[in-house]
Amino acid sequence: MTLITNVRPYGEDAVDIRITDGRITEIGPGLAGDDDVVDGGGLVALPGLVDLHTHLREPGREDAETVETGSRAAALGGFTAVHAMANTDPVADTAGVVEQVWRLGQEAGLVDVVPVGAVTVGLRGERLAELGAMADSAARVRVFSDDGHCVADPALMRRALEYVKALDGVVAQHAEEPRLTVGAQMNEGDRSARLGLAGWPAAAEEAVIARDVLLAGHVGARLHVCHVSTAGSVDILRWAKSRGVQVTAEVTPHHLLLTDECAETYDPVFKVNPPLRSDADVQALRAGLADGTIDAVATDHAPHAVEDKESEWASARPGMLGLEQALSIVVQTMVEPGLLDWRGVADRMSVRPAAIGRLAGHGRPLAVGEPANLLLLDPTHRATVDPAALASRSRNSPYAGRELPGRVVATFLRGTATVLDGKAQK
Amino acid sequence: MKRHLLEAGDLDRADATLVLDTAGQIESALAGREVKKLPTLRGRTVVNLFYEDSTRTRISFELAAKRLSADVINFSAKGSSVSKGESLKDTALTLEAMGADGIVVRHGASGAPHRLATWVKGSVVNAGDGTHEHPTQALLDAYTIRQRLGRLDGVRVVVVGDVLHSRVARSNVWLLSTLGAEVTLVAPPTLLPVGVGSWPVAVSYDLDAVLPKADVVMMLRVQAERMNASFFPSAREYSRRYGLDARRMAVLPDHAIVMHPGPMNRGMEIAAEVADSARSTIVDQVGNGVSVRMAVLYLLLGGAPE
Repeated sequence: MTLITNVRPYGEDAVDIRITDGRITEIGPGLAGDDDVVDGGGLVALPGLVDLHTHLREPGREDAETVETGSRAAALGGFTAVHAMANTDPVADTAGVVEQVWRLGQEAGLVDVVPVGAVTVGLRGERLAELGAMADSAARVRVFSDDGHCVADPALMRRALEYVKALDGVVAQHAEEPRLTVGAQMNEGDRSARLGLAGWPAAAEEAVIARDVLLAGHVGARLHVCHVSTAGSVDILRWAKSRGVQVTAEVTPHHLLLTDECAETYDPVFKVNPPLRSDADVQALRAGLADGTIDAVATDHAPHAVEDKESEWASARPGMLGLEQALSIVVQTMVEPGLLDWRGVADRMSVRPAAIGRLAGHGRPLAVGEPANLLLLDPTHRATVDPAALASRSRNSPYAGRELPGRVVATFLRGTATVLDGKAQK
Repeated sequence: MKRHLLEAGDLDRADATLVLDTAGQIESALAGREVKKLPTLRGRTVVNLFYEDSTRTRISFELAAKRLSADVINFSAKGSSVSKGESLKDTALTLEAMGADGIVVRHGASGAPHRLATWVKGSVVNAGDGTHEHPTQALLDAYTIRQRLGRLDGVRVVVVGDVLHSRVARSNVWLLSTLGAEVTLVAPPTLLPVGVGSWPVAVSYDLDAVLPKADVVMMLRVQAERMNASFFPSAREYSRRYGLDARRMAVLPDHAIVMHPGPMNRGMEIAAEVADSARSTIVDQVGNGVSVRMAVLYLLLGGAPE
């Protein structure tokens, strides 16, 4: 048994929380007992975070990240479950690969690693992967995505949406019309024109989202839109939801904070897909997340080896680290400006992502009888990000040298501390 | 002057004028000399690091450095360790370890010189990066305009053609506006970047409408592959709408000059009779390129005050 004393669930009044056999068994002031006592010190308690969009790179690029190192980074970021994207090598498009990733996550034992299955064989966008076999596997896949690639063929996208209905699954689309982004390097606009970097137009994302919400509405299936990055996308999602389409969407921490101004340095640490957008887009994304049009924050944690980033902009791989700073970015961009309260953070970073991924044991309220997946946060702590100190095997953090608020002091996965005093326990 | 010349925007009016004036002084100092060489950069090493073929630009920089008595190393990425996968950073550090005081870099990726400048202690000169900039081309263009027309302030410059992919156009837009010229870009909308509205220029799709008031017409090279990517329907249509032929040249004011950064597609963007006319400064531009690049190398490497 564990007793966490003097914590503030959702930032509210301080209580003690008793955990027995992985569940919350008692909540209230002044609990006593001879349990292992963790002094909560007035910290904010939130349900363990759930990431819908993590790249763990194993199998294939274990030099950039492994399931274990990525799990450690996730736990340190306050996560108790992460969805591992399918664009590994080999691609996670069979029951065998998703079970391998799932088992590696179990062995690491720091977070629940939930594999995402590819929609199409080899992410090639030509024919459906064996979605049912992945859903029926030990990994129990419910989220399917060709992330990194768009399922661009509208007929194939329709079939995928229809097919996953039988699996209670969801298609998570990387919305990018590929013919509009040939050679694209950054957000298309004033800066791309001046910097001589080929532009990635907002319309390439918005056109696919518009198409897909119409398809999802037509066939009555669940659609999830990955890493929404433009104001226009938020408008389309708002319209689709008002029409009753079963669409959900996520935004990344970096799209909530950073703009295409970062590209001025030509430092590829700021190269990401979809690209960093304008300040107006950032404001629209924050508003969309605040009003619930955007359901979730998802990290798109994309570790890359040094040689894949320390190069010319054009030849660098797109992607940024995200797991360890995600909550800090949300505190800075949403909580401190008053756009979300702590219950709102729990909703967008735990409750809704767990619901989208159909994860039964996560995204539950901090209440008696619920699984003890939770984190303790010191929102007043401020620290400067040092990439060398990150748990990820890679160092491509866009926040290097930036002072951020919020420190995850402890994370509990089914009652077991995976992080204590800000340090991973494995 | 700053330590590097990465883009035209690095130069304020005073710096840009200093480069042009210095080029003029160098030209005067060498005029009439039998041995066209100055001892200014003796003992300094300049590396021409070319990831893209560009014989004209490389020779121009090579000549400029040699006329200043620098040691020159030409490093072509083809057939080198680069083709074996060595990164730009490793190449840069190697060259620096060999004692390069200045690195002149031509690269197919926009921003590559900026990256290089973060890794080396020596000065970096951008000799063309992707579709970004080619600042010494803009300086030699400005020098040529001043030489022919006697001024830059208030000069009306019309830049015609593939602005979207042109590093020459980008550099000229910033440098010429810094120096007080009025720039008008003329191109089909498909060859103008989204965001061009934020540039300090006027934009027109109608070449005939702007020619009568132009002091300078700067034609840009059109790449054949643009046609296949439907930036315009055909070479013939492009040439009719945006090519500079004798009929259009006749509309220009008497004093107006015609420029082209080369190499030209004769008969496409520029008619042979225009390219070879007395208005054409194309040959002057090549010669002035050496003087301007000497000035740049001298000011960056010669110990001029910050």
